[in-house]
Amino acid sequence: MTKIIVDGAEVDVPAEYTILQACEAAGAEIPRFCYHERLSIAGNCRMCLVEVKGGPPKPVASCAMGVRDLRPGPNGEPPVVSTRSPMVKKAREGVMEFLLINHPLDCPICDQGGECDLQDQAMAYGVSGTRYFENKRAVEDKYIGPLVKTTMTRCIHCTRCVRFVAEVAGAPEIGAIGRGEDMEITTYLESAMSSELQGNVIDLCPVGALTSKPYAFKARPWELAKTESIDVMDALGSAIRVDSRGREVMRILPRINEDVNEEWISDKTRFVWDGLRTQRLDRPYVRENGRLRPTSWPEALGVVAAKIRAADKARVGAIVGDLAAVEEMFALKDLFGRLGVINVDARQDGSALHPKHGRASYIFNGGIAAIDEADAILLVGSNPRHEAPVLNARIRKRWRRGGVRVGLVGERVDLTYGSEHIGAGPASLTELVEGKHSFARVLSEAERPLVIVGAGAFVGEGGEAVLAAAAKLAGEKGGLCVLHSAASRVGALDLGLVPDEGGMTATEMAASGALDVAFLLGADEIDVAPGTFVVYLGTHGDRGAHRADVILPGAAYTEKVGLYVNTEGRVQVANRATFPPGEGREDWAILRALSEQLGAKLPYDTLNQLRAALFQAHPHMAALGEIAAGDPADIAKLADIGGTLGSAPFAGAMPDFHLSNPIARASAVMAEMSALKRTGFAQAAE
Amino acid sequence: MLTDRDRIFTNLNGRRGADLQSALRRGAWDGTKFLLEKGKDWIITEMKASGLRGRGGAGFPTGLKWSFMPKPQEGRPHYLVVNADESEPGTCKDREIMRNDPHLLIEGCLIASFAMHANACYIYIRGEYVREREALQRAVDEAYAENLVGKDNVHGYPFDIYVHHGAGAYICGEETALLESLEGKKGMPRLKPPFPANMGLYGSPTTVNNVESIAVAGTILRRGGDWFAGLGKPNNTGTKLFSISGHVERPCNVEEEMGITFRELVEKHCGGVRGGWDNLMAVIPGGSSVPVLPEHQCQDLSMDFDTLRNLKSGLGTAAVIVMDKSTDIVRAIARISYFYKHESCGQCTPCREGTGWMWRVVNRMAEGRAEKREIDMLLEVSTQVEGHTICALGDAAAWPVQGLIRHYRHEIEKRIDDYSRNSTPADYPIAAVAAE
Repeated sequence: MTKIIVDGAEVDVPAEYTILQACEAAGAEIPRFCYHERLSIAGNCRMCLVEVKGGPPKPVASCAMGVRDLRPGPNGEPPVVSTRSPMVKKAREGVMEFLLINHPLDCPICDQGGECDLQDQAMAYGVSGTRYFENKRAVEDKYIGPLVKTTMTRCIHCTRCVRFVAEVAGAPEIGAIGRGEDMEITTYLESAMSSELQGNVIDLCPVGALTSKPYAFKARPWELAKTESIDVMDALGSAIRVDSRGREVMRILPRINEDVNEEWISDKTRFVWDGLRTQRLDRPYVRENGRLRPTSWPEALGVVAAKIRAADKARVGAIVGDLAAVEEMFALKDLFGRLGVINVDARQDGSALHPKHGRASYIFNGGIAAIDEADAILLVGSNPRHEAPVLNARIRKRWRRGGVRVGLVGERVDLTYGSEHIGAGPASLTELVEGKHSFARVLSEAERPLVIVGAGAFVGEGGEAVLAAAAKLAGEKGGLCVLHSAASRVGALDLGLVPDEGGMTATEMAASGALDVAFLLGADEIDVAPGTFVVYLGTHGDRGAHRADVILPGAAYTEKVGLYVNTEGRVQVANRATFPPGEGREDWAILRALSEQLGAKLPYDTLNQLRAALFQAHPHMAALGEIAAGDPADIAKLADIGGTLGSAPFAGAMPDFHLSNPIARASAVMAEMSALKRTGFAQAAE
Repeated sequence: MLTDRDRIFTNLNGRRGADLQSALRRGAWDGTKFLLEKGKDWIITEMKASGLRGRGGAGFPTGLKWSFMPKPQEGRPHYLVVNADESEPGTCKDREIMRNDPHLLIEGCLIASFAMHANACYIYIRGEYVREREALQRAVDEAYAENLVGKDNVHGYPFDIYVHHGAGAYICGEETALLESLEGKKGMPRLKPPFPANMGLYGSPTTVNNVESIAVAGTILRRGGDWFAGLGKPNNTGTKLFSISGHVERPCNVEEEMGITFRELVEKHCGGVRGGWDNLMAVIPGGSSVPVLPEHQCQDLSMDFDTLRNLKSGLGTAAVIVMDKSTDIVRAIARISYFYKHESCGQCTPCREGTGWMWRVVNRMAEGRAEKREIDMLLEVSTQVEGHTICALGDAAAWPVQGLIRHYRHEIEKRIDDYSRNSTPADYPIAAVAAE
């Protein structure tokens, strides 16, 4: 700890702090543009200048100068920093003036207006008039992809975007060309950015140079209702803020959650909102003569109830999709349990994960933050760049710090960091377990190894053996990390949404002639064979709805209050920002209504009553934001399961990052990104 | 006046050969092994005693700089980097060393590297210096061929020397930008601290020295620090290469004692000011970045660091630019301003935006197309740039403008008056204006 005097107040700060951090610790506000906590220090905007007594008679950039570099007074007094002296005021005014001389006065038509750092700081630290009467600089706009809109004349060259893509995203595609006042930020030959995290440069840009292209000219920040929520596009449960106006979600921004997403979100999370408007199921439908006919709720529920009542309960089943919240899954399990249906499964991908092995067998043990301390990471059957881009950035952050080795079993992909490709399939996993591969030594010698297994690795024959092998590799150090790709999955496994003894799994249910009635709770990634009467409760006119005989319109994740358990096992709550369109209802309420028609009335009339029942059955669901840790002993037991590994190479759980769920598939933006990715981002500016 | 006996660069004018044999005859590489055997501490003490101040412009004591290098650690090699990116307008001293006396430089590199535990030295040559690179490379090859340098050389100290050719950016003469460029990155200055002595080339301790500072080291050690300290003035010791250009009869590069008067320098070596001393108007004493001095301050001016600093100018690289009364001083400074605007790297705000602003205003003032209150505004803008930037280019851009306003405000005002007087079309009927 080092003592330092800021504006007359003495503070004690860690020696590695910069002056800027020390000033903030002392409660002094330091304006800045280029400085960002999670990026390297550039020190180029010069807005954070402060006066240091005893140093050279000029202001110093507080973001770049460490507290330990300050000289103490002649008798050992702490160094003195002033953030409010006339010199500092003058320096800030000077820098602000320089920033503004070539910045266009187009705030009224700028999307950043109202949330612009330059606007705010010009108000606080600038002078009111201008002395610059030369021509202002104009810069041609650049094409950098369909997600980020550029207005490069507004750029103040803070290089946050350059540093972000180079350091965090690991796709160094943005850079500066030219020098002096002719310096311009651009991608190489103006090709589209390829990173799955590129949308974050919009948040990072302190001015309106990089703004959201899909959101362009749609709304002003002050007219938006802001709802704090949780993302469901992947299983991380990134903290988001949903900005809505009236009935529409206008945009989605990240919130800070150090344990999960720090402050980044993936492009799918950020730009999926246009999918919430299109292809929506806004009224119930019943299929007649091969065509879907709009109908009323009573009729639709009546048809469903009649079908289920008439059917043999052994030939009725329910499959839960990837985006379902805990509440509706609980209600579904409750309802079908009351009906005596044992064919209930949430693993529509055919995964072998099963709650009978204990919670430790299907969560990301140790939490995402454990990556920061890991000294060896093995990725099995996973491409985290697609399945959880934010988590991938975290591994990259760890890798950049050095002292970690990353191994990859599965498809050879560009992970944005250095990794050793061990092999494509289970054979390599066997080699590792038997200690025949050199990476096995890396794992066994590491103190905090992580074995991250993607959801795709558990699919099909030998899925359980993969789990056993991974548990063996993780060993007693407990680093078995299951990386799910479906937001609903951990919650479903917590609730026990797997078939009881003698019941059918999702794959078996979908097979030809297995069921008379299939109830799909937003399950779109599975093809139910012809012949089965399919009831689809969901939000979008996607695969499930096309197959359905009855459609019950539900609510998307921004339209209901719901619990989601992320891949770490962390219980989080998503809040309602808007209402479902048309006659859509919250899913649990639909199930409650259906239960009445079926004569098996669920004993809760409100969400609170449902929650009370849920918390009674599963107490850990009540601890919001917490992780109920798995038992390490379960992992040890897992290792003994053994089993025979399959032979097919591991396939990623998310072949097309941009089109992985019904909401994303309804989004035009995601479709464009997906098409662009297929062409290798070769498209240049028109 | 320097006697021939005390000259270090005996082939500055290139009348003799630059090859190794000629250099050996002139005394280069004489007893280098003996010097190295005296030890690192002796070398640094002797350099400190000589009072040599860095010849690249800032005038930081060279011996002191060498002593800042940390103790060698396993796995962290030390480097010597020689700054041969001589791009300051007016300066052309290092090119003569590299052309005509390259072996003094190479010998100095060996000695300096030895003193600082460096086994490798990089010489970063300005992009435009093609012939100089060829000459220096030839000399390096000769030294390797004679085993004067190399892994297993006659001096018993493993040492490699590399000549790196820059791409011609002025900013790459700034020591940290030079290191960035040497590492293969865009030449943009780094934040300091950490200073290169702790975190320099490839993150290792590095000292960056000017060509001249290194090239004089061998002779200083051979003749003793006291000899060097006995020349010149206290705190401004030794000899210095002066590059005199502009309106003198015979512009030249010459080695002279520090503290020689401007009049003597120009009379003895350049044949006087063009058109006589009455025709002198102004002098830029140390390369384009230092403020201009008016004629009345120049006549008996002592050319050394301290005197010039007290006059709010500087010795810089001792590139003396002489201007006679035919010079349009405002246009001259406007041209310098354009140079700095063009060469600003664009990294930090005050320099990126401020250099362009200053150039545009000075340029208008050169025509007279300005207002008088803009003179004070310009001065303030220049102080807003000065001292607020990452590197010294902001200062270098501000100082010429400040010098102009300090000494030639009347000239700018006259220009503005002339322009506004002539800009009213005399034959324009006043009634017609009123009618509009």
